[in-house]
Amino acid sequence: MIKAMIGRKLDMTQVFSGDGAAYPVTLVQVGPCTVTQVKTMEKDGYKALQLGFGTKKAKAVNRPMKGKLDKLGKGYFEVLREVPIENPAEHNPGDQVLADVFQIGDRVDIIGKSKGKGYAGTIKRWRFSRGPDGHGSKNVREPGSTGMATYPGRVIKGKKMPGQKGNVRTTVLNLQIVDVRPELNLLLIHGAVPGSKNGIVIVRSANRA
Amino acid sequence: MAMSMLQMIESDHMRFDIPAFRIGDTVKVHVKIREGDKERIQVFEGVVIRTHRAKMGATVTVRKVSYGVGVERIFPVHSPQVERIEILRRGRIRRSRLYYLRKRVGKAARIREKREATKA
Repeated sequence: MIKAMIGRKLDMTQVFSGDGAAYPVTLVQVGPCTVTQVKTMEKDGYKALQLGFGTKKAKAVNRPMKGKLDKLGKGYFEVLREVPIENPAEHNPGDQVLADVFQIGDRVDIIGKSKGKGYAGTIKRWRFSRGPDGHGSKNVREPGSTGMATYPGRVIKGKKMPGQKGNVRTTVLNLQIVDVRPELNLLLIHGAVPGSKNGIVIVRSANRA
Repeated sequence: MAMSMLQMIESDHMRFDIPAFRIGDTVKVHVKIREGDKERIQVFEGVVIRTHRAKMGATVTVRKVSYGVGVERIFPVHSPQVERIEILRRGRIRRSRLYYLRKRVGKAARIREKREATKA
């Protein structure tokens, strides 16, 4: 069985373990996911499952999507995401993936879109230190020098500068599952996960446990 | 209205057996202490000088004077390490944070007892 699902980040809270240790946890509603397409080596050149999650009103579905999902006959999904798998032959379109593929103690990676912070300076974006506030200093939040002089005579590629911060795909590795509630399609994951509340995330079994 | 997922999960972990203590009350907190593989109960008796109401993360600060030294402990209210909380005395107070007790000793650090409202 695959160990990857699409979910929705709900909220954060805190739970206690039996010995009194407090765990910060994120509630992630995972699935139920439906396999909408199986991508095979022969047909597509790579192996993956396309999963559907959530529901969408019929009038909000565009025509190409409608055609694809009508063929499947499992309703309209809010999002479709692909997850790579080893053995596509095990799966068929229409299969359900439920929260019980995960167990308590499993390590998972969470992929989501981080909260956007807009166009941010170097202090916020790259944790540069700031200049002095007083003594006539005008170097308060400036980025400083961007490079050397005549040699090399250019700014080195990859120089950390101001720009868009956040709102990018972010992966957090090796988070532990504290609790699984299959009846609520809910996972309790130790720690924080990327993105805002109600954001879409992918939960997959940890690749580098 | 249906409970949100958050409320459902929190209500599973919350303690509903803790009595409704208030700031100024004198309480006994029974805490489980682990020593090696033995477990015992320690009682901490003092005045509630602060409560932090945060659903699952709620805490209570209890102050006592032990051998002339002021001791304050912060307990997570919903922790399973808190065996139980006993209310000994209700205090009549006029503010929500009793930090002024820290500067007072002896008789000045007393709190008046709350008179229970009698039915007419």
